[in-house]
Amino acid sequence: MLNEGQIRIPSGCAIAGVFSRCGALMPGNDIIRSIEVMHDRSNGLGGGFAGYGIYPEYAEYYAFHFFFNDTAAQRKCENFLDRHFSIVSFGEIPTRKMPEITNEPLIYRYFLLPLPDRLRASQLTEQEYVSRCALRINCEIDGAFVFSSGKNMGIFKANGYPEDVGRFYRLEDYGAYCWTAHGRYPTNTPGWWGGAHPFGLLEYSVVHNGEISSYDANRRFLEMYGYKCSLQTDTEAITYIVDYLTRRQGLTLEETAAVMAAPFWSTIAGMPEEEKNYYTFLRKRFSSLLVTGPFSILLGFTGGLMVLGDRLKLRSMVCGDHGDFFYAASEECAIRAICPEIGGIWSPDAGQPVIVRLA
Amino acid sequence: MDLYVHPEFEIVRSEKKCIACRACERQCANCAHGYDAASGSMESYDEKCVNCHRCVTLCPTKALKIVQTQHTFRPNANWSNDTIRELYLQANTGGVLLSSMGNPRPLPNYFDRILLNASQVTNPSIDPLREPMETRTYLGKKAIPLVRDANGRLTENLPPQITLTMPLMFSAMSYGSISYNAHASLARAATALGICYNTGEGGLHRDFYKYGPNTIVQVASGRFGIHGDYLMAGAAVEIKMGQGAKPGIGGHLPGKKNIGEVARTRMTPDGSDAISPAPHHDIYSIEDLRQLVYSLKEATGNTKPIIVKIAAVHNVAAIASGVARSGADIIAIDGFRGGTGAAPTRIRDNVGIPIELALASVDARLREEGIRDDISLVVGGSIRSSTDWIKAIALGADACYIATGALLALGCHLCRSCHIGLCNWGIATQRPDLVKRLNPEVGTEHLVNLVKAWQHELKEVMGGMGINSVEALRGNRLMLRGVGMTQEELDVLGIKHAGV
Repeated sequence: MLNEGQIRIPSGCAIAGVFSRCGALMPGNDIIRSIEVMHDRSNGLGGGFAGYGIYPEYAEYYAFHFFFNDTAAQRKCENFLDRHFSIVSFGEIPTRKMPEITNEPLIYRYFLLPLPDRLRASQLTEQEYVSRCALRINCEIDGAFVFSSGKNMGIFKANGYPEDVGRFYRLEDYGAYCWTAHGRYPTNTPGWWGGAHPFGLLEYSVVHNGEISSYDANRRFLEMYGYKCSLQTDTEAITYIVDYLTRRQGLTLEETAAVMAAPFWSTIAGMPEEEKNYYTFLRKRFSSLLVTGPFSILLGFTGGLMVLGDRLKLRSMVCGDHGDFFYAASEECAIRAICPEIGGIWSPDAGQPVIVRLA
Repeated sequence: MDLYVHPEFEIVRSEKKCIACRACERQCANCAHGYDAASGSMESYDEKCVNCHRCVTLCPTKALKIVQTQHTFRPNANWSNDTIRELYLQANTGGVLLSSMGNPRPLPNYFDRILLNASQVTNPSIDPLREPMETRTYLGKKAIPLVRDANGRLTENLPPQITLTMPLMFSAMSYGSISYNAHASLARAATALGICYNTGEGGLHRDFYKYGPNTIVQVASGRFGIHGDYLMAGAAVEIKMGQGAKPGIGGHLPGKKNIGEVARTRMTPDGSDAISPAPHHDIYSIEDLRQLVYSLKEATGNTKPIIVKIAAVHNVAAIASGVARSGADIIAIDGFRGGTGAAPTRIRDNVGIPIELALASVDARLREEGIRDDISLVVGGSIRSSTDWIKAIALGADACYIATGALLALGCHLCRSCHIGLCNWGIATQRPDLVKRLNPEVGTEHLVNLVKAWQHELKEVMGGMGINSVEALRGNRLMLRGVGMTQEELDVLGIKHAGV
């Protein structure tokens, strides 16, 4: 069997997210319960979570989460880290031994700051430097895999059902103002830990349900700009699209959504002149980053969460507000499970982003 | 005495059905039919027949058919009948063999060995009758830095683009090589369809300026018919560097065709040979091309995208990369099966490479160099059906050019005798009595039908793939699989073998 990256594996999924606008830190219990309700949308071959605000004591440092196949890979990777970063702190990520989760690799985290001299010499922005280092490790160091690289956030994922993965990582011990979760239903996979979701790059994390038909068109465009789609998953490509459009091209998230899930030409034709020109321009300028086929994603970023579905609404996605809290999930039951008293639950329009930010 | 060359075709006439109405005689510009007044019956002159089916089609009693002669040389796998016949012709005349239309030889066709994908279970196919299915395409340079105004609003700052309702255009055929009525049909159909046709190198007849927004005006090495108004008339300007049917070769419109309106449109003396040199004599290298590109941009006030058309030759990827860096907005690549009004047979049949391979390697090369978004890629050279077109888009083309297919829709029967100038269908001729056989209204209707049918098929296939806008098909090579190819062929095409 081939791992993700050696072969493209389509998968269906469940996703869920919860966000506190005032920045209240929530332990991971709720998000685990939320995703657990949608157990049947996963098949035990991958689950994961992303939490924002979980490392307040190391908020200024890039938190790299790693899977290592063995200590040799770890040593090789640490050599690389030593040459490019100062390692402020590191250690094993705490886990709980449980029968549902087996065959775990070595799981470590490193809090890093780029070496100022190296950074200057590279003539790159700090973020570009860090993202390139993460991509290089994943491409070049066999047996080492960075699966989280943002500041004050972290991704936790494994092979298994998501609720088990959450307990395995002791998510009850973290406090986050935003959690997202993912349960995976791949159609065939050896169950490689790196292939589970969320996928992350710097502050961005993406959980995605769908199978995009534009994948290779998107991938081949992204690879022109240095992104290596080494996992061959939609989620990876979507994360890179967001990174390229926001960080490299300076688009807003709303504009990014208008590129990925562009309004139909027939819709654009009915818009007022200024809007018409604006959306036409975005579609013309970034036509290779239009995403077609079913997708619903939760994009986590520092201080916010974006919900986006495809332009035909081929995947379910519901949102709900309750006081300070915002919820989003593949199914309503996932929201009601943790907020039974919630009033209105609604479905975002096809291709329309819902963006929530810290107040 | 000349070596005897036996006719390729035999005219078979059913004496029972024939009513000797002499329609065939009147219809055949090649004079392959005659009437014997003494016997009151029709006669056939096989040696004059080009197998264009004009007589067969118009015979009121369907008394005619044309068959390939069974007369043969002693069978020889090495020396085929055609080879011997052509050798005799050369021994008789000392001339270069001439041919028309595309390469007919049975060389590998990669489109035929590529299969398309469709959705099953894990993602839904989309029904184009129920959901929007978008085919609109913009051609031109996209990779420009974003600019925001004082309010932070993005400004539309893309260089000029060609807007098409679908990624298909009629490729270059000059007025001269084809008739006024053929041009009229192409121009009107392009306008009705919201796509473009291409003037070729013969200039633009004054009657057709009104179709300018759907016209690509060509600048070729002979510079025929080029003036300021001409350059400003079209949606884009195309510099023709080469043609798939005859890479490295110029063009030659014989004086007997370059008459009247044709000569006037070309701005050449009536009846003179219109010879396009093999190279542009102001372009002997890539830096010279850049100067012409920018000259044309200046001449058009930077309002028209500039296309550079090249033939698919061995190092096409490197050439395309050079073109992409020359300031051109669009590169058009013409494959070795592309058609022509006249070309030396040996050149047509032996020079150049298949468009499938050229396209795949150019698209890959431009991506490797990070400049694919600097230029749009249009390909032609025997796009025979909607699936050839779809496969080309998935291999990486922004749009396709069709010409032979368009001529077939106008009634061409692919007899490959355009160079004789006696096209019985009124397409590749300037003889007024023949030209009027092509009714532009009917021609327009057939072209519109053809392209709309292909667009329907494109939408059906895209829907099956779960794709609802054509830009998501472009370069989407995972939608393609090869059958019966070597690993090297698959590698050049950048696709996997079926089953993998």
